[in-house]
Formats: sequence, C-alpha cells, structure tokens
Amino acid sequence: MRTISRSHQVYIRGRGRLARWLALLVIVGLGVQFFRVQILKHTTYALQSEGNRVRQLPVPAARGTIYDRNGEVIAENVPGYSIAFLPLSIDSLRVVLDELAPILELSGEQFDRMVENYRRHPNRPVTVARNASFAEVSAIEERRAHLPGGIVIEAAPKRLYTRNSLLAHVVGYVAEISDADLRLPEFEGYEPGRIVGQTGVERVYDRLLAGTPGVRYVEVSALGRVVGEFRGRPTVEPVPGRDLYLNIDLALQERAAELFPDTMAGAIVAMEPRTGAVLAMYSAPSYDPNLFVGGFEPAAWRVLNTDPGQPLFNRAVTAAYAPGSTFKLIMAGIALKEGHAVVDTKMQIPCRGALRYGNRVFHDWTPIGHGSLDLHGAIRQSCDVYFYQLGLKMSLPVVLAGVSEFGIGQPTGIDLPSDIAGSYPPDTVWYDERYGRSGWTNSVVLNLAIGQGENAQSPLKMAQIFAALANGGTLPTPRVARTGAAPEPAGSFPLDADQLAVLDSALVAVLNEPTGTARGSRLRDWTLAGKTGTAQNPHGEDHAWFIGFAPAEDPQIVAAALVEAGGHGSSAAAPIVSRLIDFYLRERIVRPDSSEAAGG
Amino acid sequence: MRERVTLSIGDGVVLALVVGLAAFGVAMIFSAGELEVPSSVTGIWRKQAIWLAISLIAFALTLRVAVRWLEWVAPIAYGVAVLLLIAVLIVGTGDGPRSWIRFGAVGFQPSEFAKLATILMLAKLNAGRERSPETLWDLWPYLVVVLVPFALIMAEPDLGTASVFVAILVAALYWSGLPFSKLALFLSPLVSLALAFSTPLWGVWFLLLVGFLYWTRAYLTESLAVIFANVAMGVLVRPAWRSLAEYQKTRILAFLQPEADPQGAGWHLIQSQVAIGSGGWLGKGFTLGTQKRLAFLPEQHTDFIVAVLGEEFGFIGICLVLLCFAIVLWRVLLIAERSDDAFASTVVFGVIALWFAHLFANVGMTVGLFPITGLPLPFLSYGGSFLLMSFVMLAIVQRVAVDTRTGA
Repeated sequence: MRTISRSHQVYIRGRGRLARWLALLVIVGLGVQFFRVQILKHTTYALQSEGNRVRQLPVPAARGTIYDRNGEVIAENVPGYSIAFLPLSIDSLRVVLDELAPILELSGEQFDRMVENYRRHPNRPVTVARNASFAEVSAIEERRAHLPGGIVIEAAPKRLYTRNSLLAHVVGYVAEISDADLRLPEFEGYEPGRIVGQTGVERVYDRLLAGTPGVRYVEVSALGRVVGEFRGRPTVEPVPGRDLYLNIDLALQERAAELFPDTMAGAIVAMEPRTGAVLAMYSAPSYDPNLFVGGFEPAAWRVLNTDPGQPLFNRAVTAAYAPGSTFKLIMAGIALKEGHAVVDTKMQIPCRGALRYGNRVFHDWTPIGHGSLDLHGAIRQSCDVYFYQLGLKMSLPVVLAGVSEFGIGQPTGIDLPSDIAGSYPPDTVWYDERYGRSGWTNSVVLNLAIGQGENAQSPLKMAQIFAALANGGTLPTPRVARTGAAPEPAGSFPLDADQLAVLDSALVAVLNEPTGTARGSRLRDWTLAGKTGTAQNPHGEDHAWFIGFAPAEDPQIVAAALVEAGGHGSSAAAPIVSRLIDFYLRERIVRPDSSEAAGG
Repeated sequence: MRERVTLSIGDGVVLALVVGLAAFGVAMIFSAGELEVPSSVTGIWRKQAIWLAISLIAFALTLRVAVRWLEWVAPIAYGVAVLLLIAVLIVGTGDGPRSWIRFGAVGFQPSEFAKLATILMLAKLNAGRERSPETLWDLWPYLVVVLVPFALIMAEPDLGTASVFVAILVAALYWSGLPFSKLALFLSPLVSLALAFSTPLWGVWFLLLVGFLYWTRAYLTESLAVIFANVAMGVLVRPAWRSLAEYQKTRILAFLQPEADPQGAGWHLIQSQVAIGSGGWLGKGFTLGTQKRLAFLPEQHTDFIVAVLGEEFGFIGICLVLLCFAIVLWRVLLIAERSDDAFASTVVFGVIALWFAHLFANVGMTVGLFPITGLPLPFLSYGGSFLLMSFVMLAIVQRVAVDTRTGA
C-alpha cells in the first residue's frame, strides 16, 4: 500500500474540510430555495395547483313545464344526453372533434363553431352535442379507450314541445344563448353556453322557467380526464325552473289551426275581451320548435329563415297589414267623439259606387253603390263612399291625431317578443318629410278613412281594439301567460256608452241584418258582432280580415283572422272567426246552467 | 464482539441513514404509483424493493472485497466499462438516449458501471503518483481516462450522465493536490464554454485569463495550451450547440426561461414547482399529492421523486431528507480525509463527488436551480442499476472506513 506522504496528508485534510463545508453550503442553498418555493410562494402554487386540476361543469336546471289553461302539457323535459369536452388545447379539441364528427354527424360549420367557442372561452367545457341519442352515447362509450380524456357525457333534460308546430309562435323554443343576446339587459348574468328561450314565452319568461343552473367541481388529470368530484368545493345544486300556465286553450288553438286554410299564410288571434287573456294565437305557416332543441341547428334555422313563407315570423304579433274596413270603426269612433257624426248622420253625396275628389275618382268596393246610408248602415255595408266623405268632413289633422286615443301607434303590450306598434302617420309633417311639401294632397285622408294608405296594423292590435269595442271601451293588455297580477289596461276609448252602443249595434248589423257584409257568417245560437276588411295588397290578391266577438250582449271572446291574399274578408276570413267563436262558446265555456241541465 | 461487528460494517450512522433513505425511496416510489389515472408506475415499487434487497446483498459481498484488489482490478474494470459503452452504442436500446443493454427482462446501464470504473481508474492514477501533479501537462492521463467514457456517453447521447464524469474528474484533480491555480486554468475552458454565447462577456473573460496567466507566471506551453483551449471552446460552442439533440436544447432553454413555453419545454419545471410549492410546510400527506395523483408530474418515480416528496411531506420532509444527505456526505468526506491510502481516499472522494453531483442536479432541477438533466437522486429514485451501483460504492466506502480504523 502506498501511504500518503505527511505533507500531502495535510493538503488532503485542508481540502477535505473545504469540501465538507462547501457541500453543506450547497445543501443549505437547496434548502433555502425549497423554503422560497414551499413557504414564501406557497399561496401562489397552492392556487395554481387547484386551478390546474379543478374544472367547473355547469349542471343544467330542469326547465319549468309549460301548460295550457286546462293543465295540458305544451312544453316539458324528457331525458337526454349532452356530450361535452374539456380541451387542453385547440389541438386536442380538433382531435376529439375529428373522432366524434362521424358519430355525431357534425357539420363543418358546427365544427368551426365549437373551435371558435373554445377560443373565446378556453376555460369552459365545449358542448359537442346537447341532444345526443342513446345510440350516439353508446358509440362514444365503446370507443372511450381510443378517445382522449376529458369527454363528459351527462344526463341533461331536453326540451320537448308536445304539440309540435301547433303553438310554435306562442311557446317559442330554446337554444344556446347568442352573443348578441348575452349583451342584452334581460339576459344579464347569464353565462355563455347557457340554454335560453329564443322566442315566444320561452324567451319572455326565461328567468322564471329557466331556474338557476348548478355547478359541479370536478378534478381532471393532466390529460384532461375527469377523475371525480373535487371535494374542496361542494356541488351547487341547480334550482329547477317554475312551471308556467298559459291562457291558451289548446282545444281552441287546435280548432284555429284546423280552420285556417292549409296553403295560406296569415294569423288568427282569440282573446277574452275583458281580461286580454289570449285564448288562441295561430300564425301560418308554422314550424316545429323541436327542430331547434339540439341547440346547434343553424341548418334548420337557415332553411326556415329563408323559406319564402317565413314560418318563423309570428304574423299575429309582428306582421302589419293595412287594416282595411275594420279600421272604419276607429274612424266612426273619432267622428262620434269629435261630434262630426251621430248614429243617423248621412253624408251629402249618396253612394253610387265611386266618389270624385279633385281630378281623381275614388271607387267603392262595389260598383253598384250603397245609396244613401247613415253611420250605422255605412258600417253594416262597409260603404267606402260614406267614409271618404266622413274623412273629408273631419279633415286630415283630426283623422291623423284622433287614432292614438283608440290605441293606434303603440305596441299591444303582449308578453311575447317583437310586439310591434304598427304604423300610422302621426301628423301632416310626416307626409311633408316623406313626399315633399307639394308631393301629396289632401286626398290621403280618403284612403286613411277606409283603412288603406299609410296604415299597417298587426292582427293582435286589431283584436285588441275590437276587444275594447266589445268590453265597453277598455283596451285590454293581451296576456299569453297566466302569471303575476293582471296587467293595467293599455288605455280606453274616449267614447261614452251611447257612442259605443252605436258602434256595437252596427257591428251586430254586419252579421245579423239582411244587408250586412258578413251575413253569411252569422251564428244561430249566439249574436256574433264583427267587421270584415279587405286590404289592398300591392303584391297580389287582397288580404282578407275579419274581427268579431260574441255573444254581442255579453262578449266572451273576440277573435281576429287575417288571410294573406285571401280575397274578400267576408268570404275568406269571416267564416273562420265565426266557426272558431261558435266552437268556443259551444264547447269550451262551462256554463253553470248547461251543466245543471246536463245533471237534470 | 460488539466492537468487531460495528467495525465490520464501517460507519454505522451512514449505513443506517442510507438504508433508511433507500427504504423511504421505496415508499415514495409506491406513492408515485398511486394515481387517479392508469400508470405504468403503479406497482413498480415492488421491483425497487427487490433491487434494494439485491443491493443489500451486493453491499455485504462488496464489503468483503479488499481495497487493494480493487486497485489491481481498476484498469480491467475500466476496460470492460469502455467496451460496454461501445457495445451500448451498437446494441443499446432506450427512448431518448440509447443507454440500455438488455438481456431478456433484465436491463442494465453500462454508464452506471462506467462511473465506478472511472472513479477507480482515476484513483489508481492518483495513487500511482509520487507527488501531486504540478503542471497541466501532468494531467493528460486524467483527461484521457475521463474523456473516453465521456465521449462515448455523449454519443448515446446522454448529456446529463456525461456531465457527471466532469464532476468525477474535477473531484479527482481536487483530491490529487493539484494547485488551485492550475485547477482554475484547467477548468477555464468550461467558463469559455458557458460564456461563448456572448462575445463581449467572453472577451472580458479572455483578458482576465491572460492576466491571470501572466500573474501566476505560468509556463509558456501551459499558457498557450490554456489559451488555445479557451479559444477553441469559445469558437466551437455554436456548432456544438447545433449538434445537440432537440430535447437537450429545449431542456437547457427551459431551464433558462421556463415561463416562455409553459405547455412545452417549461412544463416539467412548472408542474414540479407547483407540486412542491403547494406542499407547504407539512405537505398533503403520504400518497395524497394531488398534482402527482392527477399525473401533472412527469417522471415522478425517477427524475421528479423529490417533487412527490415535496408535495406530500412538505418543506419539513424535504429538510429531513436533505439533512440525511448532509450527514452522509459529511461523514463520508471524513472517511476520505482520514484514509491514509491514496487510492482508497480518492475512490471515496470520487464516490462523494458522484453522489453530490446527482443530489445537486436532481434536487436542484425540481426547483429551477439546475437544468432538467434526468439524473436520478441516489437511493431514492427508481432505478435498479443505479441503486445497485450506489450500494456497491457505499460498500467500498465502508470498507475503506473499516480499513482505516483497523489500520489494515
């Protein structure tokens, strides 16, 4: 053995000591670094550790059921599956979507939309399918082993509209909230990806129906696989939405849909004249709201939206048509109020089928003419020549200013979206601005007097006005849903009872006197009152109107029908309203005396 | 009787601490396999336990081997190691570096054996000298002994393991009594290597070096060699960088700037720090580390076993393990100091240098003090060859301790 020389050994001793202390210093240095990471930065890293592994999954709340006034189900929830994915990156999302696309039949558009959704909200689960079938779920479960982690399949209540297209425009449908809606105050506090009512009562009563979604906290692995509940934060249970009862009478609604001619477009509205409760509202053509329930049906939406028949459009509330002769009641009302006419006021010129004004000839709807009529007769026979003269007598400013007291120019106040105000010139300045100071003449008053010209109203608005004629002059606020306190009336007519009686008796005469324009639609058992209307349509056949109520002595129902390009109101619209009202009074009103009779 | 037993196992405290660390390592590897997701790590603690048993037997056997015999066998062992390292380049397997030779189910890393063989060979060089080396020319045998395995391992390519040989070389030279000034000159090309990325910095360093050479009155040839080596390093580093494998480049870059690419190269370091940092004072409890359970920790049973430790046992657990290592290193260094045999003393010091390099690189990388190199932590990380070789080295150390005390 070579022992180390003494001098060398001293050397070694010194170097050994140095090495020992250096090693100790380095280990202490390591400890200091751990102190920094584990103690000083503990809070930061603890938070990061939690954020790393905890994801929020929304738990959808069961939406409230929608019933008709008799408790029949209109919209309910059925079990469904939603498929969501917790992506780690845009690439992992693409990989998963590539895998799922053939199973779920995802379109390229849906694919891009999901990628875009992820880009905008990278911390939210990406919903791949809201309405997966059991077969699709099984197909995914079978392939789970080959798919990346992070796919979450959950039972999710799915909306079902039991009556399909029957009530589409009233009930609406639900789908994922749009970015535009997210910015609206009515959806304040809603999170992206939430299912909301897109239209109809589903939209208007969304806060009530939707309930509050819950939140589930889950732990995910580094690969995004959900490994279980996160115990650190308890699940927030969803609060189910409340049920909603509608004023709609499904049987009456069905009858309205049956009565409406199959191939035509238009609308039917039926209300209780006193309360404004909407008993039926049908807009043709209609659509099946179930098509939208997946939440991602842009294709279905596009088809419906580009359909020339515009099935998505609620013609009862949102479409405006020249009201035609139905508007003569408002003209008569203004005349009565302003003292330009009483019940037996006749005009200077008897009706010979036309009236010359300036260098123009204004025709009556019948070339034969009506002869000399008083106000009652003029309404009964819808004499245009009488109303031309009445309009001239009242003068244009009165005709323009008078309508607002009869409810024209403001929305109906119904609890449905897109409640339009209709259009009617507010004053002569409007004509100046539109046509220039010399671009129009006083003859516009002739057109306005018979409900033509620059005048367009929705069927609902006209039904509301006729409800006021039926109930003693109060404009009821139409209500689809039976919830909360009864709304304030929208206004009342500036007429006394006698003046209203003039109008009402004329409306009775329209159906029940021999020369009435809608005599063919009178009812045997009840006194039906109403008014036809035939609105000029620049695109084709005239639009047919009829608005009526019954029984005239104690009105229970007011109904309006509009048939686009239907021709004459008396032939195309009056029979619909007449039969609908007859059905309602016969089948749907439970009378104490009739039930007694049945009992005896 | 009692006295003899104590003596025959050497330093009882070191042995107890090392066996304790290894047993704790098995427990940590068990925990590393406790995940919420399927993992290949689950259950491998049993393998490590078997390796520990084998290692203890190897320890007992090696303890009986005379140090003198080791000195005799060192050149042969070194030759075998070099041949194995050549073999691994031809028939080796492994993802990343090809560092494994497999015989059926049993795998073996020749580089582990090469570490010990190189330590022995360097010790033999030291022991063969009458006096301490005094000039840089005296160092060429050391350089050759280390460069051969270094180059072969770099070719695998395994930068981390290869750099351990630099540590072994420096340790051997330090222990040989080479004057510090010469040691500094010898290591100066490494500084050039580090500074070569910035020409101004390297320029300043070069001027300092020239000044230092003049001040120490170095021999002209020596000076020229040092200057040549520094210039070569400064110039060669860029092509050398380009020759590195992509994963090696990204690891070094990730060390320098982990936040730059949190999903990519910096991922390991960030996840490791999050795991350790979220452990706090006392940790989340044995097997309960959430980062680990949810598979955010990479290589949690080998490279990042310390991250599991830090997450589950907190700062206290880390400190206890570091304390154990400090005591072991301290006491083994005392063994090296006290040995009066040049060969034995250098071997012990080399072993210490090896363990220390592993400890610093492994623990340091989990908290961002060192690039991620994939060097395992002695006695704690999963890995049979390394555990076995560590216990063989421990046996040699203990034998030296026994020999010193008994004056054999």
